Amino acid sequence: MSAQSEDAVVEELAESISVRRKLPFDYILDIFEAVGATVLGFFGAVGRLSSFIGKSVAHCFLPPFFPAQLGRQIIDIGYYSLPVVGMTALFTGMVLALQSYTGFSRFNAEGAVAGVVVLSVTRELAPVLAGLMVAGRVGASIAAEIGTMRVTEQIDALATLSVNPFKYLIAPRVIAGTIMLPLLVFVGDIIGVFGGYIVGIYNLGFSPGSYLSQTWDTLEAMDVISGLVKAGVFGFIVATMGCYHGFNSQRGAQGVGAATTNAVVSASILILIFNYILTQVFFS
Amino acid sequence: MSDSKLQLIGVKKAFGSKKVLEGVDLEVPTGKSLVVIGGSGTGKSVMLKCVLGLLHPDDGTIKVDNQDISRLDAKARERMMQKFGMLFQGAALFDSMKVWENVAFGLVQGRGMDRKKARNIAIEKITAVGLKAETGDLYPAELSGGMQKRVGLARAVAASPEIIFFDEPTTGLDPIMADVINKLIVEQVKGLGATALSITHDMASVRTIADYVAMIHEGTIIWTGPVEDLDDSGNPYVEQFIHGRADGPITRRVA
Repeated sequence: MSAQSEDAVVEELAESISVRRKLPFDYILDIFEAVGATVLGFFGAVGRLSSFIGKSVAHCFLPPFFPAQLGRQIIDIGYYSLPVVGMTALFTGMVLALQSYTGFSRFNAEGAVAGVVVLSVTRELAPVLAGLMVAGRVGASIAAEIGTMRVTEQIDALATLSVNPFKYLIAPRVIAGTIMLPLLVFVGDIIGVFGGYIVGIYNLGFSPGSYLSQTWDTLEAMDVISGLVKAGVFGFIVATMGCYHGFNSQRGAQGVGAATTNAVVSASILILIFNYILTQVFFS
Repeated sequence: MSDSKLQLIGVKKAFGSKKVLEGVDLEVPTGKSLVVIGGSGTGKSVMLKCVLGLLHPDDGTIKVDNQDISRLDAKARERMMQKFGMLFQGAALFDSMKVWENVAFGLVQGRGMDRKKARNIAIEKITAVGLKAETGDLYPAELSGGMQKRVGLARAVAASPEIIFFDEPTTGLDPIMADVINKLIVEQVKGLGATALSITHDMASVRTIADYVAMIHEGTIIWTGPVEDLDDSGNPYVEQFIHGRADGPITRRVA
């Protein structure tokens, strides 16, 4: 075959490949490929997250420990979140008293307002709303701080200075989140009930003694305990999601921004999912 | 080169289908300074991260004092890290800490040294790199780029490491400050009697700090020799690179 005819064959072949129309079977293969890639991506992400959580928990219990870092995180996550959680609980309790009074008055059951407020606050509203507020405040802050450390090589610098980043950065935040959110929620419980009490006494005409005795008669230890256990789980979720997304942040301002958004969104969704699961476990 | 402090033998690293290191072989003699040159994206930083254990090589062996360090567990890696010091490209100072705390960090957190003793060492190192002792009480954000590099150098040498790594030590500095940093690097490395491995594409830096030079291209070392032989390497890739010519065997895709 001459060089010219060889070129002509190659050209013809190339043209036939480039213009070959997709067959219906090709479209089906494309769908399978897309589904497969999504499934593999999902399981890959779950695997990476599970491995990260496993390492984080292990480093919470293995020395060396960094108590100064833990103390700083306890202040950051717990103390500085108190105003946000307190305000949320106060106004939630107040609104709850108003709304439940409106509803119960239609059935002449106004006396149930105090009980509804205390049960709603302790079982659901204080842990969930505190969890979501802390996810916004603390989860975002953790992801942004660790993400910035990642992109400016500060995390690599830790490793080169013989300090394990999981022990120094991750473990103190996870421990502080898990310990401090129950304490915040406990304070939130008291403030939320107090908010309902204020509205009940000054707006709805309840007598202080009867409101408090109804509150106390309705409340059981398990109502408070379940809320505090939920808060511990939510605190762990918020800190872990913030650390995970920050630690795996991509380069640049956009990477850190995306890590921050993902930390808040994933923590908020997981809080709502685990709230349902834990409610089933405690009260089904 | 005999009596190697650091050896890389057939080190390979790929990210997905992209092969970055395709069998890097390199030796750094004890007490000498080797500089790896090469264009952007040729695998210099990945090679350095593999040596530091920040990335795991897919294949090959990395030896320090004839001990294979490429597959150490976490504890052994932390112990090995005590032999290393590192100056990062952007200094990588911890911005929540004062300058002296940055310099003393490895001593206090990594080795459990008393803070007062570590502070004294940190101030000594800060003055050794040409900064005033009072600089120790400032935060990194209050320093210029050149001062941050000096603090990064002080941190790298604070624990008297046996091997010091330099990642683009003069990037982002004016020529005068770059020369100051280069001279400080030589002074500190020679003073400690340490072995040094640097990566850079700044030729002025190479000529100041290198005893030996290696060139990396497309993931492999294509030339190694004493710095005195750099201008007579006879290697067209090296010649194109050191003279900064656009024409030659090294081609760049713009897009």
